[in-house]
Amino acid sequence: MNNSATNDKNIKDQKQHKVHDPLFQIVKRDGMEWYKALGIRLGAILIALVVCALVLVLLTNMLGTPYNPIKIYKTMFDGAFGSARKTWVTMQDVAMLLCVSLAVTPAFKMKFWNIGAEGQTLIGGLCAAICMRYLGPALPDFLTIPIMAVACIISGALWAIIPAFFKAKFNTNETLFTLMLNYVAMQIIRIFIAIWVPTGSGVLSRIDNAHLPILFGQKQLLNILVVAILTVIMYIYMRYSKQGYEISVVGESENTAKYIGINVKKVIIRTMAISGAVCGIAGLLLVAGRDYTVSAATAGGMGFTAIMVSWLAKFNPFVMPLTSFLIVFLERGASEMASRLRLNESISDVVTGIIIFFIIGCEFFVNYKILFRHSKHNKEV
Amino acid sequence: MNNCPAIELRNITKTFGSVVANKNVCLTVKKGEILSILGENGSGKTTLMNMISGIYFPDEGQIFVDGKEVVIRSPKDAFKYKIGMIHQHFKLVDVFTAAENIILGLKNEKGFDIKKAEKKVREISDKYGFALDPTKKIYEMSVSEKQTVEIIRVLYRNADILILDEPTAVLTPQEAQTLFAILRRMRDDGKAIIIITHKLHEVLSLSDRVTVLRKGEYAGTVNTCDATEKSLTEMMVGQKVALNIDRDDPKDPCDRLVVNNINCINRDGVQVLNNISFTARSGEILGIAGIAGSGQRELLESIAGLQKLNSGSIMYHNPKTGTEEDLRNKTPLQIRELGVRLSFVPEDRLGMGLVANMDIVDNMMLRSYRKGHSVFVQRKAPAQLAEDIITRLKVVTPSSHTPVRRLSGGNVQKVLVGREIASAPTVLMAAYPVRGLDINSSYTIYNLLNEQKRNGTAVIFVGEDLDVLIELCDRILVLCGGKISGIVDARNITKEEIGLLMTKSEQGGAK
Repeated sequence: MNNSATNDKNIKDQKQHKVHDPLFQIVKRDGMEWYKALGIRLGAILIALVVCALVLVLLTNMLGTPYNPIKIYKTMFDGAFGSARKTWVTMQDVAMLLCVSLAVTPAFKMKFWNIGAEGQTLIGGLCAAICMRYLGPALPDFLTIPIMAVACIISGALWAIIPAFFKAKFNTNETLFTLMLNYVAMQIIRIFIAIWVPTGSGVLSRIDNAHLPILFGQKQLLNILVVAILTVIMYIYMRYSKQGYEISVVGESENTAKYIGINVKKVIIRTMAISGAVCGIAGLLLVAGRDYTVSAATAGGMGFTAIMVSWLAKFNPFVMPLTSFLIVFLERGASEMASRLRLNESISDVVTGIIIFFIIGCEFFVNYKILFRHSKHNKEV
Repeated sequence: MNNCPAIELRNITKTFGSVVANKNVCLTVKKGEILSILGENGSGKTTLMNMISGIYFPDEGQIFVDGKEVVIRSPKDAFKYKIGMIHQHFKLVDVFTAAENIILGLKNEKGFDIKKAEKKVREISDKYGFALDPTKKIYEMSVSEKQTVEIIRVLYRNADILILDEPTAVLTPQEAQTLFAILRRMRDDGKAIIIITHKLHEVLSLSDRVTVLRKGEYAGTVNTCDATEKSLTEMMVGQKVALNIDRDDPKDPCDRLVVNNINCINRDGVQVLNNISFTARSGEILGIAGIAGSGQRELLESIAGLQKLNSGSIMYHNPKTGTEEDLRNKTPLQIRELGVRLSFVPEDRLGMGLVANMDIVDNMMLRSYRKGHSVFVQRKAPAQLAEDIITRLKVVTPSSHTPVRRLSGGNVQKVLVGREIASAPTVLMAAYPVRGLDINSSYTIYNLLNEQKRNGTAVIFVGEDLDVLIELCDRILVLCGGKISGIVDARNITKEEIGLLMTKSEQGGAK
């Protein structure tokens, strides 16, 4: 102990000695107050808008038609909310994207990388179209619609169970499997359309039977309401149900799940069935509530965008409306901007890309902090 | 040999976020000296060594090698100053030979001369008394041979300062003695050796001086000849501790679990359990000893319903109904539904016993969430249980809603053991329950096991510290290569005898 005392004294003498630190260090944060995290995220969006403005000014100047970036942003906003109709359509797009995002959430929470939501939605939509075409003329709507709903849910679930079964039974790679099933689903739709529309445009025209009811004269309202209810149900299911708990355990650690006697295979198949069923509902809403027709582009890439929505919300269904809105707003606004200002279509992708880059990138600063040599010494001294 | 210390640390401080891993730590190692660094888990031993070997960079303080101040930014810098670290977990390529692993990563523009390397490896082996065939592939090696490869790898790079992180954790007592003899030879050759350990008797028999860390702070350095187990423990813990484990005589033991001739062949076709038969009795602690990987895990997992068996039976005698059930090849859920109150503290706490990202309440729920017919989980009872365990076992946590991954090793284990004994088990299996725990936490766990024993539970305890096994258990079953090499009375056995049993059939298998 004496030894240490003398040592300590030595050290005090040497303490002011220069230390050669690396220029900066990356240190993991311990956790952050929510308002600080929110501040960082809002700041990121602000910076993203500024960077976008710079890029836009630069580009429009190069093209010889300079625009004021404020005007460009106003155009974007108009694209999403310019009129009552535009606002309703924007809300509906948010709802549809949200619906598919809710669908992938349980699977992702289970660490089952379901990138086949596109195909599951399409199959649901196809079933809706089949019911509308064949049952619609024969039965009254109040019979057709429930049958159609059940058919969509079951078909979506079955389409999702296929990869889940192979994963549970043979441990196949679910990412490739679900991805490939997307293309299969698209081809099946093309076959049906080829049968229904053997000549001419190859586009299935509007089917006039068994549309989902229009509430209060607003065509989009039903879809929005259904998805709002689904959001609440999904939140409760994930957070408070026994099955939701099992999903978290399987996702976090399969060994723990086995250890406490969860039948992992059953959970995988059941969860994917739910994931697919919700996709089936999305398909139903798209075909019988929005388009009244079906094509291979009905889902419009939502199955993939939904993955981003779900991740950005950290799988919390109550945050997903926000992330879903953000992405839909960007898409609609950017395409409006491109067409109204007669800019190239790609400009909307550039803007969307920059903004999403900043939003995802700022998570780094939420989780880590960077210590610079100077700042650290200032703090220490 | 000059008087200048081989390496000297002054006032080293390192923090991770708000956690202070090392605070004003100083140490000196002379050439031709073995220094032990002693400290409980989480006291910052490994962090300190990682700063010497270039994995972390200190926030404050200075490092001197041969009297000159140096900056060690990367493991490469560490090699430059002839510092070599032998990690606890080996970093070797399985399909390469010893010599290939040893020269791996060395820069040589002209290509490698493997023959020359093998020759140099042999020279080093002969010099210090290692037994190593440089052409042997890693996957054919025993744990101690792998460790030898790691040590020679740093010697090959002309390291003068060797750091060994808990080198004996994976060795039998005999192998540890061999290692110590080699380390002494290296010391006599003028190398500076730092050994991290928390086994006191090793410190006393091997090292010249001991530096003690306590909760990241420098607690002092003493000459080994002036130290005793008791004085070192007090330095480590900062208070007086009683180092005795209670052992009552078993109270009317009766057969609870009769394991009969079980055999298990794993996926790679290796027979991991070979004709295992034993009986676990109520009110008794049955210890299981053996080198790591001798079949301990498979044995416990087959009883818990996690491992398929090829033959044999596991008969459970239900004390309530008097009936017998065969647990072989039943799932954990089926076992529970039979009314078997079997608790299992697995070796991999965060990977199997608990869910690291869930909070304590949700982890409590793992065992009980199925209760009731509601589709929703009830968090009330688990929350109550979590609070009980936190107060009763003195779990250090901000709240019961903290994810368990944020807790220290000892607290994680208290949460797990607490949950497992909460269901009043009739059989309690614990695999390495004190691995990585500090002294106080370890004794808490021993007391809990003893309490279960008194309650008439059949306790099965897989341990690695033979001293503890001998003190705590009533009988000890020794596993060796998937076979039972002996079931002995713990009250009349020495460590050396168990050590011999642990390696018995390996020698027998050679003929």
